[in-house]
Amino acid sequence: MFRALVVGVPLGVTFVDCFGYVARVEGVSMQPALNPDTGITSDFVFLSRWRSRSFAYQRGDMVSLVSPKDPNQKIIKRIIALEGDLVATLGYKRRLVRVPEGHCWVEGDHTGHSLDSNFFGPVALGLVTARAEQIVWPPQRWQHLERRLPEERVPLNLRTASTKSSSIADVFDDNEE
Amino acid sequence: MTSQLYRHLGKWLGVAGYMVQYGCIAHCTLEFVGDFVVCKGPSMEPTIFSEDIILTEHITPRFNRINRGDVIIARSPSNPRHHICKRVVALGGDKVKNGFHTHIVPKGHVWLEGDNNHNSTDSRSFGSVPAGLIRGRAVCRVWPLSELGGLSPTPSWHVPR
Repeated sequence: MFRALVVGVPLGVTFVDCFGYVARVEGVSMQPALNPDTGITSDFVFLSRWRSRSFAYQRGDMVSLVSPKDPNQKIIKRIIALEGDLVATLGYKRRLVRVPEGHCWVEGDHTGHSLDSNFFGPVALGLVTARAEQIVWPPQRWQHLERRLPEERVPLNLRTASTKSSSIADVFDDNEE
Repeated sequence: MTSQLYRHLGKWLGVAGYMVQYGCIAHCTLEFVGDFVVCKGPSMEPTIFSEDIILTEHITPRFNRINRGDVIIARSPSNPRHHICKRVVALGGDKVKNGFHTHIVPKGHVWLEGDNNHNSTDSRSFGSVPAGLIRGRAVCRVWPLSELGGLSPTPSWHVPR
């Protein structure tokens, strides 16, 4: 019995730590991708640690990260921009932000109802712990979480020429950088 | 012939099983209890010199019991694959002087500085760091053996501000 515990617990913990685990999503910040019906059920998602071991995230990935405001809290957001990208922010103290080295810009899908980079600024990639891959519960919501970047949130340096010129002109006057 | 094959197979499977078991135990110990870190670079002199080996524990950071004056290992904010070794100078809510500016460290963040004030890239250049990046707290030096033992506490210039 004791031996089984000594072997079994590390085996399980290592598995969870290396491959991933299932977590419950709370709140409305990722609507409509997660928790589409507020208050009825909450979604359970599979968070892959395996996919996050080299910190090679891409724009549009849904990730779980340790909140920069409170190390005890984990939040789930979508990566909008990676290091070096130029982001047009939504209500941050600057309207245009260059994401620093080793950082990313995360936002919830539910604009305006999400505590994200528009509130606390770029976050260090070291805080990102796992990538959300799959909704596993409730059963009728079973689906793969696609990598998706809303068109209006594409970083300015990746936009095509026509959209770029207009948005830069409209936003460049009060860039403090 | 076949029985011999099975016996060999069983033996190798047994060995593989043991390797997985001990690998998992080692992983959990290194991840959740503590590990050894080789420090490189001059930023923590004279407390820690380059190539010193430090024993760290991962329990205090997990429960957010980090205090001012602790020497910690954290993921570098500018590169998540690198780790930095610094001293915690201020916690969230504290006031810190940086040149002519006074910063208030935001909630959930820490202010890190190297003991070697003149040769250290730390919070004075990249600002306060989220506490979630802290991985371990240095307990003692294990190498070189002649210097085995605890790390010197807060240097005199690190008086609380």
